[in-house]
Amino acid sequence: MSDLPVHDPTSARSEILSRIRSANGKIFGADREPTVDESWHTIPRAYRRSGYLADPGHVQLLTERLVDYGAGVYQCQSVDVAAKVEDILRSRSKQKILVSSDVDSNWLSQDGPKFVYDDAFSYSEIESCDGVLTGCTVAIATTGTLALCHTFDGSRRALTLLPDYHLCIVRASTIVETVPEGFRALEAHRLQPITLISGPSATADIEMTRIQGVHGPRVLDCVLVV
Amino acid sequence: MSTLPTHDFKDSRSPDFPAAALPLLQDTQLRSNVRHATGVIQAKRAHVVGEMPDWQALRDAGQRIRAHTLEYLDFYLEQFEQRCSAAGGHVHWALDAAEANHIVIRLAQNSTGRVIKIKSMTTEETGLNRALEAAGISPVETDLAELIVQLGHDKPSHIVVPALHKNRHQVRELFSRTMNLPDLGERPEDLAEAARLHLRRQFLSTPVAISGANFLIAETGGVCIVESEGNGRMCLTLPRKLISIAGIDKIIPRFQDLEVMLQVLPRSATGERMNPYNSLWTGVHPGDGPEEFHIVLLDNRRTEVLRDPEARETLHCIRCGACQNACPVYRQTGGHAYGSVYAGPIGAILTPQLAMMERGQSLPYASSLCGACYEVCPVKINIPEILIHLRGRVVSGRPKALRALHPEAVVMRTMQWIFSNSTRFSLAQRSGRIAQRPWIRRSGWIEKLPSVLGGWTRTRDLRPLPAQSFREWFHARHRESPLTSNRPEAHHE
Repeated sequence: MSDLPVHDPTSARSEILSRIRSANGKIFGADREPTVDESWHTIPRAYRRSGYLADPGHVQLLTERLVDYGAGVYQCQSVDVAAKVEDILRSRSKQKILVSSDVDSNWLSQDGPKFVYDDAFSYSEIESCDGVLTGCTVAIATTGTLALCHTFDGSRRALTLLPDYHLCIVRASTIVETVPEGFRALEAHRLQPITLISGPSATADIEMTRIQGVHGPRVLDCVLVV
Repeated sequence: MSTLPTHDFKDSRSPDFPAAALPLLQDTQLRSNVRHATGVIQAKRAHVVGEMPDWQALRDAGQRIRAHTLEYLDFYLEQFEQRCSAAGGHVHWALDAAEANHIVIRLAQNSTGRVIKIKSMTTEETGLNRALEAAGISPVETDLAELIVQLGHDKPSHIVVPALHKNRHQVRELFSRTMNLPDLGERPEDLAEAARLHLRRQFLSTPVAISGANFLIAETGGVCIVESEGNGRMCLTLPRKLISIAGIDKIIPRFQDLEVMLQVLPRSATGERMNPYNSLWTGVHPGDGPEEFHIVLLDNRRTEVLRDPEARETLHCIRCGACQNACPVYRQTGGHAYGSVYAGPIGAILTPQLAMMERGQSLPYASSLCGACYEVCPVKINIPEILIHLRGRVVSGRPKALRALHPEAVVMRTMQWIFSNSTRFSLAQRSGRIAQRPWIRRSGWIEKLPSVLGGWTRTRDLRPLPAQSFREWFHARHRESPLTSNRPEAHHE
């Protein structure tokens, strides 16, 4: 690689920063009022920052949006989650299900499918599971988005990526209507890895025809616990 | 496809848009593919934008966030660097494409001799794939459209849907040949399945991934990647090492600002309420994802764009491609005619600036200034105004001695002289009527004018001057019946 130019990392950094300061200095003057924070607070935010819908409305909206993406959507009471999960998995013929650590053990039925919590599995072990069962930190109704905040001990990102099937359980209390409300709820998790999932993986790269399921889970089901 | 123009901004060959567009305009297959795809995205975009009562407020916020960020760009870059490093990431700075490629190549060396890649316009801009290949590393594109482009030795023609110029039959033929699948079907589902199988092994066995970035969050030091297929998540999660390249303009101030960007981007880009997957990560997360994370912050003359008060808002761009889909010129020619990674209206303003007006000078003229691009831009970049400003820079960039003698300047001065005096003007009309006679075709149109005026008729037909001008008609009418000119309905402002 001797033919490559010699790269001095510190000089690129100072050069770029000084070019920016010179360009901005030329336009805004050397001592700028206001400060960064003051200026950021002047950004107009006249868009909708909270929802309009009354209580069951956003559950309905979330359902419509998820169905629109091609996800399966089910509703049940909290006491019936285990039975519902078992039903869905049976109808999908899923036997071995990986379970994320944010899943309440009461949601798992004693018989039926085999549930396994992540135990530092290798990627091929994860891939060998028929599907993955997770909870959800926040669900955004307007966009049909499920936000997953990951932790290394039990809900790492690979779990919801390699199996071909994802079943997500959403508590009604975590559903918000608008995107800004969603980000407000995610603020506390902002240093964790976050994945926003809006429907099963898809592509429209060929003739703009939406096809479901390319690399991530090809089937997404969702149980709304109301 | 060696006839396609190169992507190097510093290349001395200046592609001339009209010349490059000509053969593409004759490719009816390409034109119909482009028209179909852009039509579909436009309709979907219009639908999901129409259901947002606060769309204009979101655009206003988007514009202000981007303008504010550029105003304090040095602060935010340093803040990003500090927070990302604190979270275990490595931050690199690159003045130009060569430096960025050099950094990536040094980091990407691994025993398999290959890297997996997420679609990234920035790596197209730096020509990273060619540089990697020259260093003995094979880049594997994992986005379906980029895979189509790569396997076909083609060039991307759209920011968001790079293979939009290819239809399913062409993709089937390509996959069947390059993946050795003689029985491959041609439904988009079959083609996506072929890509899934083809790439799964690569995802699991390649230790290094390279990505771009949609947003860098200064407040957290985090990165956001917006995608649809899950190939992005694979690349961000499975390999041991992840290297991202991002232009310095990709910064946003705070985590909260995503609430605006992630509303306007998907609706503008693919006409979806939200794209299937958005990934956010900050440095390294032990036990989850890559053990090593590097980010290369690329200038490549963005700081030059920042210097021009009239054009710096070019850097507001969040690469949604909505202006391309809306542009009547792009919809005729497709992306390749622009001879640049960035095509369409945004390419027409970004390319010449990144090339410091040494290349792509014909691009600011590749527009009818209809304003459709401004209308759809989610961060309200006034592209038509910047196009006009850049046309001015193209002209003033010509050598001074030649400027006054440039045919366009001569014609304009003559026009000014004629138009500023009514006698000269009507004299010119009358002589024009005589002079045009040999050029009027049987169709009643002028299809070709001689010498310097020929530039105008190269892509347009002209109506000949009429036998009678308005003023002549008005005077004649007045002479015949002086009273009629006082009737109120005959009076027009």
